[in-house]
Amino acid sequence: MSQGTLIASAPPAVAPRGGLRRLARRNSTIAFLLTLPLILLILGLVVYPFLYALYLSTLNKRMTRFIGLENFTFLFTRETFWNVVFQSVLFAVSAVVLKALIGFILAHVLHALPSKGQRKWRGMLLVPWVVPPAISTLAWWWLFDPSYSAFNWALMGIGVDPVPWLGQSGWARFSVILVNVWYGSPFFMIMYLAALKSVPDQLYEAAAIDGATGWQKLRHVTFPMMRNIISITVLFSLIVTFANFDIVRILTNGGPQDTTHVFATYAFQVGIQSGDIPLGASVSLFMFPLLAVFAIFTLRGVNKRSKEMA
Amino acid sequence: MGTTTLPAPPAAAEARHGSLKRERRWAMIGAYIALAVFVVFFMTPPFHMLMTSLKSSAEIADLSGNPWIVGSPTLMNYWELLTEGNYLIHFRNSVIVTVCTVLISMVISTMAAFALARMKFWGSATLATGVFLTYLVPETLLFIPMFQIVGQLGLYNNLWAMVLIFPTLTVPFCTWIMIGYFASIPKELDEAALIDGAGHLQMLWKIFIPVALPGILAAMIFAFTVSWAAFIYPIAFLVSSDQMVLTVGIVSDLIRADTFQWGKIMAGALMAALPPLLVYAFLMDYYIAGLTAGATKG
Repeated sequence: MSQGTLIASAPPAVAPRGGLRRLARRNSTIAFLLTLPLILLILGLVVYPFLYALYLSTLNKRMTRFIGLENFTFLFTRETFWNVVFQSVLFAVSAVVLKALIGFILAHVLHALPSKGQRKWRGMLLVPWVVPPAISTLAWWWLFDPSYSAFNWALMGIGVDPVPWLGQSGWARFSVILVNVWYGSPFFMIMYLAALKSVPDQLYEAAAIDGATGWQKLRHVTFPMMRNIISITVLFSLIVTFANFDIVRILTNGGPQDTTHVFATYAFQVGIQSGDIPLGASVSLFMFPLLAVFAIFTLRGVNKRSKEMA
Repeated sequence: MGTTTLPAPPAAAEARHGSLKRERRWAMIGAYIALAVFVVFFMTPPFHMLMTSLKSSAEIADLSGNPWIVGSPTLMNYWELLTEGNYLIHFRNSVIVTVCTVLISMVISTMAAFALARMKFWGSATLATGVFLTYLVPETLLFIPMFQIVGQLGLYNNLWAMVLIFPTLTVPFCTWIMIGYFASIPKELDEAALIDGAGHLQMLWKIFIPVALPGILAAMIFAFTVSWAAFIYPIAFLVSSDQMVLTVGIVSDLIRADTFQWGKIMAGALMAALPPLLVYAFLMDYYIAGLTAGATKG
């Protein structure tokens, strides 16, 4: 079978198809090569460390012996650990709710402004998000300083007693949430603003013709149109807030009496500072199932609504 | 009947128009008050930071003074930071790490996003989902195993460990942004390129990258801000001052036992916040596009 007979006997249509197949095979080789760095990065620096964390969590403190689930059962007996669970949930949920609320209000207010002034205000309101939180938290730390607190100075001016911002559990919990809300609200604002701008004006006009009040427009037009973006933003923010490290670490480092520890700071203290790597890994692994549950619920809702709309 | 009803509508409309106008004006006033309140809330820490950074140590320690206002402004804190100590080394380290991270992230995510957006191949959908799922494994979960891995690689207390690890923080979202931008490029454009005999790589280089330049810029800004702000990996892996980046260097060098040099800390923090603020000030639209692209496009 020589080359010549093959080409001569084959109908002309075959050659392009073979070429196409070869092209397709070459395409998927190229595609594979193009995505290879991404795959390696995810496998090597996300999946592998995650599995490694699972393995580490089954070792004893000196990492010499397999002890099964003992690290986890040990954590369950510790009061501090339950404090951490409680504080993480309280911190994440209340901060996210407040951020979502403030972001929603600000986005609406901004959206109502004429577009020229809008830019200026938006520019100022996004500043907390732009400054790295590890840097801006230093300013808050200084504002909360026990003896030099500028807030307390102002409060004294109007005759209110100084507040132990970071010295008392209740206030310390409030302070870390406040700083997180300060940092994260602009993100919600900007996401909602983008969503608001994508709602077609005709819908509002139609609602106005039907005699809808401002509240009804918000409830029956704006809110349903923004539901998906709200869900996704809340999900992102919940993950990031739940996994927060820098704000708590700098402001309180978990104190007073370990009441403001969240998973990340507690894992850092146990794993890196006290040198019990396996126990630290076990602590931080607790974040995963909780985050996965948040994500499944949110994304299922988003998917369902996208299908309904389509 | 006709004569009595006819004049009514214009009058009613006018009254309604008037009340609408008044309602609108009150809404605007309320809007500006709300904005002003939040701008004050949002700007308080940076403002106080600036004021403190301009004070001398004596003025900071003086409890009788007003903490919000600087009495005799001085640039001493800035001058000392820039002339003595390791501040400039930290700044340089931050720049090195950030530049490398941005370059690596952009190369990886542009190539991957092109393949995922345009070339359907075996496993491409799984990979796209996998990229998204990396959000569920935040860096605060990975830093402990990573501590071991970095140690085994002999990179503990080494700046270059950051260059290795930081792309995990940036690449997934950058890829996500770029997929959105690439997917919005009309298919006719690549068909035209294929007919002209361009290969896929030429297509990426000559068409996709120039057309999606705003998206690339948005992703670059995102990678820059994330890598400039990263905190947990540096604080866990870098212990000696000459390897530190700004986010950890400021605190570790300016707090000795119980003495807090607040003036210098604030000056250092302000200068460390400057690069992201400048990028934001000049490229605000790209910055915001990068933030919102993930949700509105993805």
